[in-house]
This record gives sequence, C-alpha cells and structure tokens, in this order.
Amino acid sequence: LEIDSQSLNSSQLKVQSAASLKAFMLKNSTKSNLNLYDHLTQLLIKVMDEQLQNVVDVIEDISHDVKRGLVEDKQSTLRDLPQTTAAELLAEQQRLLFSRPEDADQEDELVETPLPNVSEIGFYLEQAGVGLGREEMQRIFLALKQLVESQALLRCRLWGKILGTESSYIVAEAEYREGEEEEEQITDEAAEEEERETEAQDSEENEMDPLPQSTYKPAPVVPKEAIGTGANKCVYYVCKEPGLPWVKLPPVSPVQITVARHIRKFFTGRLDTPVNSYPPFPGNEANYLRAQIARISAGTQVSPQGFFQAGEEEGDEEDEAPRDSYEVNPDFEGIPVAEMAESLSTWVHHVQHILQQGRCTWVNLAVKPGEDSNEEGEAEEKEEEPDEPEPEVGPPLLTPLSQDAEMFNTPPWSSKMSSTLTSQHAAAVLRSNLWPGAYAYACGKKFENIYVGWGLKYAGEGYSPPVPPPPQKEYPSGPEITEALDPSLEEEQALKEALEEQQAAQEEMEDTDEEEEDDD
Amino acid sequence: MNSDSLYYSLELVAGSGYTLNIEQRAALQTSLVILRKNYKFQRVLYWGKILGLKEDYFIAQGRGEDEMNDKKNLYSFNCMDWFLLPPATDSMIDEVSRAAKGRFTGDPSYVYEHLEIRRQGEGDEAEEEEVVTKVNEESRLAVTVHQIDEEVSVVPRGAFIKSPHGLVQVNRSFGGLSHSEAGKLDNFLHFSKPKNLKKKSILEMGDFESIY
Repeated sequence: LEIDSQSLNSSQLKVQSAASLKAFMLKNSTKSNLNLYDHLTQLLIKVMDEQLQNVVDVIEDISHDVKRGLVEDKQSTLRDLPQTTAAELLAEQQRLLFSRPEDADQEDELVETPLPNVSEIGFYLEQAGVGLGREEMQRIFLALKQLVESQALLRCRLWGKILGTESSYIVAEAEYREGEEEEEQITDEAAEEEERETEAQDSEENEMDPLPQSTYKPAPVVPKEAIGTGANKCVYYVCKEPGLPWVKLPPVSPVQITVARHIRKFFTGRLDTPVNSYPPFPGNEANYLRAQIARISAGTQVSPQGFFQAGEEEGDEEDEAPRDSYEVNPDFEGIPVAEMAESLSTWVHHVQHILQQGRCTWVNLAVKPGEDSNEEGEAEEKEEEPDEPEPEVGPPLLTPLSQDAEMFNTPPWSSKMSSTLTSQHAAAVLRSNLWPGAYAYACGKKFENIYVGWGLKYAGEGYSPPVPPPPQKEYPSGPEITEALDPSLEEEQALKEALEEQQAAQEEMEDTDEEEEDDD
Repeated sequence: MNSDSLYYSLELVAGSGYTLNIEQRAALQTSLVILRKNYKFQRVLYWGKILGLKEDYFIAQGRGEDEMNDKKNLYSFNCMDWFLLPPATDSMIDEVSRAAKGRFTGDPSYVYEHLEIRRQGEGDEAEEEEVVTKVNEESRLAVTVHQIDEEVSVVPRGAFIKSPHGLVQVNRSFGGLSHSEAGKLDNFLHFSKPKNLKKKSILEMGDFESIY
C-alpha cells in the first residue's frame, strides 16, 4: 500500500510539476505576446509535415521561420493606394491604337486606302532633319488610321504638329465628303438666326426707356467662305496625343484670319481657352488654331512643279477668275533632286493665297448682301462702276515659289539637299523662313509638307501690336455750341448805351403816339 | 546631350520637330570622339543646331574637369570639321546686341554693320558723330550660344556636385528625380554661374546650406 501511495504521490507530483511547467510554457511573452508551448507545437507540426533530413541541424532556422510566419501577416496594415499617373492613363488610352480589328482580312482587299503611308513620310522627313521621332510617328500613324475608320474620310494626311505651352496639337488634314457641308451650313444659319433673335429681344426691352443710339457702324462683315472652297477647303482634326480623341476644328471666317494676322500669341494646348488679345479675336483657341492653320497652309504648302495641273473645267475662265482647283498630273515624271534643291521655280504653291480680306476669292462688300450671297459672278460684272472698290487679286494657284515676296530682307525659302555625301539618293528639302517650322521635301514623284512649330510667323525685328483707333469726336461742332469771346467792358457799355437810346426812342415814339391819340 | 548617349537621347527630344538625319548622327558619333581626344575634354556634349539661311550651324560643347567653368563651344557645318568659337566677352555681347539683326546667314565671316548717330553738345553746337559697329557672324554665334546657355540651361537638383576642391562635377550617385519631384519647377536649377549671390545675408545663406 505504501509503495502504492508513494508511487501515487510521486506520480501526482510529476503531474503537478508537468502542469506547472505547462502553465509556465503557456505564459505569454510580454514583448511579442507569444508563448513557448504554442511555438513548440507549431514547430513540431512543421517538422512532422515537412519531414526534413537532419532536422536537428536546422531546427533553429525552422523555429525562426515559424516566428517570422506569424509576424509577416501583420507587417503591412496600410492598404496600398494605387495612384494612377498621367503616363499610365495615356498608356491605357494608347493601348486601343494597338488592338487589331477582327475584320482585318477584309481591309487588305481594298485597293485604295485614304490612309497615308506615314512610315515612308517619316523616313523622308528624318532624312530632311525634321520629324517627331520614329515612335511618335508610328503612334500618329495608328491614330490617323483610327480617325479614318471612325470618320470614313475620303483622304487624310498628317498636317503637322503645333506646339503649345501646356501640350501640343497633332493636326490631321482631311477632305470634306459630299453632303457634309450642307449640314454644317444649316447649323451655321441656325446659329445666326438665334443671334438675330436675341438682338431683337434686346431692342424690345429697351424700347420703354430708349438709350442714346451709338452712331458707330461696324465695318461690313466679310462673308465666310463656303465649306469646301478657299480657306475652308479642308477640314482639320486635332488631338493632344496620339490615342486621345480627335477633335474637329470649326471652319474659319475671314475676320478670324485678318485678326490673327495682327496678333502674336502662343497656343496653350487647351482648345477652349479664350484668346485675350488686341484687336479682339472672335472666338477661342480652336478658332485661332484653325486660322493659323489656314495661314500656314496657304503660305507653305508646296509641291514640285508639274505634279498638279490646273483643273480642265476651268480652261476658259483662267483670265478672269483665279483658279481654285487642280488635279494630279498623270504624266508627271519627277524633277531631278539637284535641280529641285537649287531653284525655287521648280516648286509651286498648291493652296490658294489668302487675300487681305481674309478670303481666297475676293468678294465685293459694296454690293448689297442679298445680291452678293446669291451670285458672286454678278459682283464681278459690276466691278466696272466707278465707286466700286478695287478687287484684290492674289497670285493664281500653282505659282512658282521664286515669285514669293521677300520680307524683312530675308529670302522666304531655304533649300538644300538632305545629304551632301550621297547626293545621288538624297531628297530635296525646302524650309520656310517666314513660317519657322514649315518644311517640304521632294524625292522623285514623292513629296510632302509638314509643319512642326509654334504656329507663329517670323516677325522680323520684333513685333509691335497695332495701336488702338483714335478717339471719336464727342459731338459735331456747330455755331450753337461754339465758344465765343467774352465782350470787353467798353463793348458792354456801348451796347448798353445803344439799348438805352433805342428804348428812349421807343418811349418817345409811344409818348407822341399817346399825345396824338389824346389830341384826337 | 552627352556624345555617348546621343543615339537614344536624340529620340527623346524629337517631339519638338528638330531631329538629325542618319548621316549627321553617324558623323557626330565619329567626330565627337575625335574632338574629345584632340581637345582633351572630359566629355563632349552635342549642344544643338542653329538654323541659318544658307547653312545650319551644329554646335558641340566640350567640358573639362570643372563642368561649370571649363566650357568650350565649337561649331560645324557638316558635323565632321569643328571650329572653336571665341569665348563671349562683355564687349562682344554689347556689340552683338547692337549690330546683329535678322536671321543667321550661315556664313561665319558675314559682317553685320550698324550705324549709330550720336549727338554731342547741345543746341546748335551739337556735333553729329557716326559710330559704326561691325560684328561678324562668328562672334554673334558665340554670343548667342553663350546667352542661351546662361539663360535656359537647366539641370535637375542634385545632378551636379561641388567637390571639396571647388570643382563642379557630375554627381555619380544621382538617381534622377521622382515623378512628383520632376513636376515642380523648384527642382530644376540654372546651370550657370551665380548672380547676385553676395547680396544675400548670412542668415539666408544658412537656409541654402540646409537645402543641399
């Protein structure tokens, strides 16, 4: 029994000591809030699971691993806030350019595509020392493809890039489709009518208490050129970066062109920015951009002589009306590059000159607007009347560059070969000195124009803004408001005496009359 | 841009429209190496292009031990044969600003003339004196390059370091600006000699130290 009780005691003690040990091991650490018991359990579980060889050698490392595993989960309690940068957004947008359309096979069958071969153009431009870099050219190529597909354009080409203070514009030139012009004109007319209505309302409101009417009459507005002709021959699309949506620019009006000639302003890169200038520019930056594009096109779009020929339909009228259409000459053989680089007479303008009036074809403003808008031919017939203004005539279409006017003692064009070492395979390069950034190249039958610059014309020796008009006269000077000299004292007295004498004479007369009456 | 990294750095600035054609690039890669050897430059930078009516000037800049002070500019027409530009002195800058007008012609010996009539004395005794300023295009080019460098040559903060010997050198441990830093103009500094630095008080100078 004793042995039993002893063994019982000792076993009880053992249990107690084991329990106390376990309690000790279960005690959490004040530092890490872990306890040894759990740690060992996890360690052994890990050893059982993984059944490593020579476990005893690496037990410390496993112990370390177990501890680290507990900590790892807690390491980052902050949620990762993804910040999208502008570059990422742009990349997302541009990703669409590189997606291949599903019906790509069908497109290959089309013989003629409106898409220009921008890669080839880019190659020649690189020879000429201009261009936007190969990658950007490729992106623009894809963006043009996107534009052609979305708008179903007849013809489209890369016009150039206009740099701005915040971002730049990539400009694409396209031709109008039939039918499109009508829609535009209708919307224009609607807008004009709305304006008139608002004006009418204003005048009605003022009728109650009429304000003095201003006698200022604005100069007659030069009518806008019809879409598809003159400065509005082509339509322009711009985008900030290839991949971003293309925006169509509004047609240009003559007054915008004439004002744009007087101001110098950098582009900002946002189309809706107001253009604060003197003289005030009618419209926002989109209109200003369109006006500058029209001016640059008219001044610097050139082609090798003979590439285009005058349209056949206008054979009879050549003497009277300036030619405004041309067609590709099928017999053009190409001019040797050396000759093109040497003489400017081998290059011709193929965009109409913009007259002082802001239009390509002159319109007679002295004729009443009703008649004028109906038929321009009628206006031309009346030109012979004596008080008619002299019609402005610009150089006809396809005029050689050698006839360009020289400004500020600077020749308008500089020409050179793209390569001096291998001139046999070089291209002729033409650079405009009046519009810095306008380039043209020609090589064999291929030629292209591009503009990359700030959209400002060379101003010679500094730019001086136009002065405001002289102040208007306040009132017409007449006798009733003209200031007279004050009479001197003698004069006053003389006048006084004269008056008194007169009065005395009258009184006498009256007296005599009375007397006579009395006598009767 | 450094002649060693010309082949990729030209692509980075191509968006402004001015690029070099392959012939010029290849020529630059060859000639700038020779240039560095002949003039014993530490490194050679392709500075840019100045357009002329007949010819364009290509400009290269050689840098010596001190990036700020040991600068030499050279020009070339064909990217192969380089000619040293004279350093721009104050009198030269003054003359050029008076006489030079219009576009560069592309002929370094072209002479710009400017006639100025100065009056001395007062009233009827005034004597008219004609002062003719003559400047050739080479010195105009030197002044233009100098002024462009002075006014718009900018570097990111930390790209250059002043060694204990007082030399301004490229900071080899400069890792570029972060995206948010690069968007601030404060982090770009003019790379030209200090102007009006001595007018600052010691208190303000203390702030400078802490920034760097």
